Amino acid sequence: MAALGVALAVLLAIASRRLYVFEDPRIDEVEEMLPHSNCGACGTPGCRPFAEMLIKGEVEPGQCTVNSADANQEIADYLGVDVGNIEKQVARLACAGGVHVARTRARYQGMKSCRAASLVSGGGKGCTWGCLGLGDCEVVCDFDAITMNRHSLPVVDAAKCTACGDCVEVCPKDLFSLQPVSRHLWVACRNKQPGDEAELECEVACTACARCAADAPEGLISMQNELAVIDYSKNALASRIAIERCPTGAIVWLDDKTGPQRGRDAKKVVRQEALPIG
Amino acid sequence: MTLLRWFGRKTFSHGVHPQAHKEDTADKPIRRLPFAPRMVVPLAQHLGKPSRPIVKVGEEVGRGQLIAEADGFMSVPQHAPATGVVEAITLMPSAQGPRVPAIVIRVYEASNQEVLWRTPRDMDALTPEQIVQAVQDTGLVGLGGAAFPSHVKLKVPAGAVIDTLIVNGCECEPYLTTDHRVMVEQGPDLIRGTQYAMRVVGAKRAIIGVEDNKPDAIAAIRQHLPADGSISVEAVETKYPQGAEKMLITSLLGREVPSGGLPAQIGVVVNNVGTLTALGRLLPRGEGLIERVITVAGPGVKKPGNYLVPIGTPLRFLLNYVGFSGSEQEVILGGPMMGNAVSSLDVPVTKGSSGVLVLSSSEIQAETRRIHPCIKCGKCVAACPMHLNPTQLGLLAAKREYEVMAERFHLKDCIECGCCSFVCPSSIPLVQYFRIAKSILRERAA
Repeated sequence: MAALGVALAVLLAIASRRLYVFEDPRIDEVEEMLPHSNCGACGTPGCRPFAEMLIKGEVEPGQCTVNSADANQEIADYLGVDVGNIEKQVARLACAGGVHVARTRARYQGMKSCRAASLVSGGGKGCTWGCLGLGDCEVVCDFDAITMNRHSLPVVDAAKCTACGDCVEVCPKDLFSLQPVSRHLWVACRNKQPGDEAELECEVACTACARCAADAPEGLISMQNELAVIDYSKNALASRIAIERCPTGAIVWLDDKTGPQRGRDAKKVVRQEALPIG
Repeated sequence: MTLLRWFGRKTFSHGVHPQAHKEDTADKPIRRLPFAPRMVVPLAQHLGKPSRPIVKVGEEVGRGQLIAEADGFMSVPQHAPATGVVEAITLMPSAQGPRVPAIVIRVYEASNQEVLWRTPRDMDALTPEQIVQAVQDTGLVGLGGAAFPSHVKLKVPAGAVIDTLIVNGCECEPYLTTDHRVMVEQGPDLIRGTQYAMRVVGAKRAIIGVEDNKPDAIAAIRQHLPADGSISVEAVETKYPQGAEKMLITSLLGREVPSGGLPAQIGVVVNNVGTLTALGRLLPRGEGLIERVITVAGPGVKKPGNYLVPIGTPLRFLLNYVGFSGSEQEVILGGPMMGNAVSSLDVPVTKGSSGVLVLSSSEIQAETRRIHPCIKCGKCVAACPMHLNPTQLGLLAAKREYEVMAERFHLKDCIECGCCSFVCPSSIPLVQYFRIAKSILRERAA
């Protein structure tokens, strides 16, 4: 038995020499400095592969959106590379139709999940493009950045959002998208019905009246499929002037300190309780 | 195979026995529904590409007139269900949820049942390819509920040899008696349609499978069977989901469709009795599919029965006609096992709607039970007709491990029959979990 033990020990000793794989010790160091959230927001499967790619110089530290700017700077200093200029992105919801402004045509009483509701004839909401408000995004968010408000609409905390994209994938109505924080002008509606019909379903729907397009600099906003569409390649031209005359307040100016701001002419929403079903 | 099979009873293993609830409508003859003042014909009532409208707003259309043409092979045309004028081509609510493009027809008050547009053809002169084209021209889809274009199903894939055509007359869903009444009343059309389908797919024999709780349907069809013995009627055990095509093939022939495969690979094509009856009636006359039989049943309905309903009739009109009261009710399109609750009564009856079920509030309350944790009793495993493991799939679904469900536990073989949810003593909505998982996987693949 002892001889067998010695023989195997020798075998192991040889194997550990012969089969040794050199691994850059910096990978462990850098991984330690990463947030360990394995969220995938950077586009890699997790923090370790991201660290490996950092060492190889294939990515920049700034691409980690979960780390604070200081922590990313620390990694950049450690590796002696540039931190990279990656603009912060935030998940934005293209719907403002809470239960106080958007009609609910039927009471849904199945599983409490937007995905399940959307599979049962699209859920109970009158606007079939709108947010179902059952909070799949709130559940899936690993960073507590999404909370459902009293009108059953998700509110994204821009400071906590890491742009990991989980809410974008989970939303059955495809209402979330990741947007750079410099994009302040935002159309919070996806209803493709003609104006009057859209407004019947939801008080804050885009009616495609084209006032925003007329007021904004040429080419910034266009009307497509009964909706205002912003050309973000001309984002530098965007200003609050575009939202001022919107009658329903569907186009908003995003301000992460005060929340989305509606224009001067947007009709006031006084109702706080949910609309009756039917 | 189950013991029953050894004793000569045609059946499959697993499955469940829900209460049939068919007594209210099984003996009610098919009755015509009057025209609704406004009909909504969605351009996508079938699986595949939506059809292309060929009429303009303000144009007059005659009953039976082609109003939208097929867009490619995986598509079917639409025909006007009544004489009237095209009021709009716009987005209208659909039973699936999203608003979809539809042709809205304002029906003339004087519109009558005469089909104004038809091109009678001599069926004996047509080749199988020409029949497939003729089937597409009728706009026919599977009337059992899936709404799969019929001509695609009849087009046998290259290399496959079909020996048997199975005609599905099981109607295993509770409450529904659509196919039952069609078999009792329209036997000659069914036999003619079956013969056309046999010619197209090249099958030497056809078996009409009927659940043994419909002896009158079996007797009625037997009277019309051709003398050469090519078509036979077989009684199969009354069990849910006997009417799923894979189950019925196993029951009648003892063959199993390979995982992820098609019945054509094992020499079988399955068609619903309603579909083949429509085929037998429409093909020689050269008409389009503009009406279908629907069972309207449930405790919330005053005059339950089987109605011949023009396609495009809004549910609200249908339900007002048969008499329904109150708003605290659940309206289900299809049967109670696989049908879907509708969120708006403005949705129209489409080619794939086989029944409308109205449950009153007391039943909904009884069914909305609390969900308890899985106790691993295995009832769902014993119920799953596809021999999957719903227990394991359910646990994985809770952890959102959708890829594992698909790769290791054959999620894609799930036919969403709902047997697992039906038997679960903990009231776990298993089939709902699986539908969610499948929908997310479809999105990821896209």
